[in-house]
Amino acid sequence: MIDQIFGVWNYWIVFILMMIGLYIVISKKSLLKKIVGLAIFQTSVFLLYITFGKIAGGTAPILTDNVNEIYSNPLPHVLILTAIVVGVATTALGLALTVRINKAYGTINEDEISASDLVEYHEKYLEDK
Amino acid sequence: MMPFIIKNLPILIVITPLMFSLIVAVLNNNRLAWTLSTFASFLTMIFTIFLCFEVSYKSNISYYLGNWPPPLGIEYVIDRISIIPIMIVSVIGLIATLFAHNFFTLEIDEKLVSKTYSLWLLTIAGLIGLITTADAFNLFVFLEISSLSAVALVALGSKVDRKALVAGYNYLILGAVGATFYVIGVGLLYGVTGTLNMGDLAQKIPALGLNKSVIVAFTFMMLGIMVKAAVFPLHIWLPNAYAYAPSPVSVLLAATATKVSIYIIVRISYTIFGSSYEIYSFESLRYILLYLAILAMFAGTIMAIFEKDVKKLLAHSSVAQIGYIVLGISLATSPGIASSFIHLINHALIKAGLFMSIVAMGYYTLKRIDVKTIAGLGRQLPITFFSFVICALSLAGLPLTVGFISKLYLIKAAYMSEGIWLPFLILVSSALSLIYIWKLIEGLWYSKKSLKIEKIRELPEIYLPLLVITFLNIYFGIDAGLIIDNSFIASDALMSGIR
Repeated sequence: MIDQIFGVWNYWIVFILMMIGLYIVISKKSLLKKIVGLAIFQTSVFLLYITFGKIAGGTAPILTDNVNEIYSNPLPHVLILTAIVVGVATTALGLALTVRINKAYGTINEDEISASDLVEYHEKYLEDK
Repeated sequence: MMPFIIKNLPILIVITPLMFSLIVAVLNNNRLAWTLSTFASFLTMIFTIFLCFEVSYKSNISYYLGNWPPPLGIEYVIDRISIIPIMIVSVIGLIATLFAHNFFTLEIDEKLVSKTYSLWLLTIAGLIGLITTADAFNLFVFLEISSLSAVALVALGSKVDRKALVAGYNYLILGAVGATFYVIGVGLLYGVTGTLNMGDLAQKIPALGLNKSVIVAFTFMMLGIMVKAAVFPLHIWLPNAYAYAPSPVSVLLAATATKVSIYIIVRISYTIFGSSYEIYSFESLRYILLYLAILAMFAGTIMAIFEKDVKKLLAHSSVAQIGYIVLGISLATSPGIASSFIHLINHALIKAGLFMSIVAMGYYTLKRIDVKTIAGLGRQLPITFFSFVICALSLAGLPLTVGFISKLYLIKAAYMSEGIWLPFLILVSSALSLIYIWKLIEGLWYSKKSLKIEKIRELPEIYLPLLVITFLNIYFGIDAGLIIDNSFIASDALMSGIR
């Protein structure tokens, strides 16, 4: 029982972070909070990769005198370095869009934005009549 | 020089638009930026044509990036399958770039136009990279390159309509969640197999048998790509993104972006999981994708019938057409996949033509195209209207157009594997699509009250690219041998790989 929780501790953290992130993306109305949720979601995946790569007791993958040295797999770390860059770009673009939405609508609440669009639509409809 | 180019063709088609996008970004002269972008996409197309000849007698080109042999290094593979979407992206990319200039100068702030071309080329580079790469993680990087630049392009429509910002935002969030799902899948696969190369993965997966991690990985990868491909319940981002994007962006994205993602679905189900096809791909295709595709056919068509905004109408119809393409894949037979490749090509031609003619009308009226505002516009713009009618009839599947060829092969494949009920459903949804096509043609030509626009004159730089697409629509409808032969070669190559 203890083993199932603490033996795979990292995976539990990944799982919890992933669900928190996804839940924020789905449920929150604020566009800013959605981006934060997305960032948490992506971070959980980074942690997942890093966990794959780590070997208990392994050192950094550098050349040492000891030929039998156990070392962690460096590839997941490299992949995640790329994924972090992608994540930063996604967050930056999302925040930039949020700023522009705030300028155009005066709000970053999803409901208020769609309400404002609806008002615009009806005004245009009345104009056409 | 020439052997060097021939040897490095697989990377050149990706690098050319990528490098030019960097050059274009620093330019201040908009016309020069457009000329350079056209040159870059022209060069890409020339390289693609070279590749076509190379592939036709070598059948499989494998390129090691930086001379690192796979599975350690990244491998690019061009074969008879991937050459089809590469051809679509480079040809449509060139035509859309030629078409783009007038619209970008009209719809986007003058200062931003050259940056827009930079994003434009980045999108093309990302899409071509997605197709060529045979490395599962590299695919994710290209997925993000293409979708982030596409999001920025969509959001640039905000000068015309502020809704473009929200459309771009939703596209970004859903796209990022989809891509992250894909990465989770790739990570789990890497965890159990220790490799990222697609061919290597295909060799190592069967040894694992029915492995829980692989099942979860397969599900995550497919779901992530299905968001990008806008397969029915995951298509929510698509109509708004296409409708509010600047006009040339709608043309480019509608004709290429989802097609490339569908190609990746094919790759995942038949190449990566092809070696243990019976366990993973077969059931998901036959019991999930098949029914989603049927739902997409009807949901997209019905949404299009009740839609008033014409660009959004075409986007809804795209959802239905994606349904047809996915239907062909999900039949899991060689004729089925061939028919979906045929429709992949033909739908790119049809949708590019339709979007180009509709946004061309928007250019002359300087308005959002609504079913009401287009009244009688067809009479004033005969060339644009002519192209629109040809492409619209092609969408409905009239003989002598490409739409007919793809419907014919799809119905044949559906009948061969499912019996009569599936062809019947395809025919019903095609008949329904006639309703919205007729609604547009009626508005454009037969409407009594007509919108008077002073001094309307069709510009050759707008209607010439449009006529090229229209010509291709008719030409490949009469002489479809090229498309059909290559699609069947591709589907046979895919089916021979599965076990």
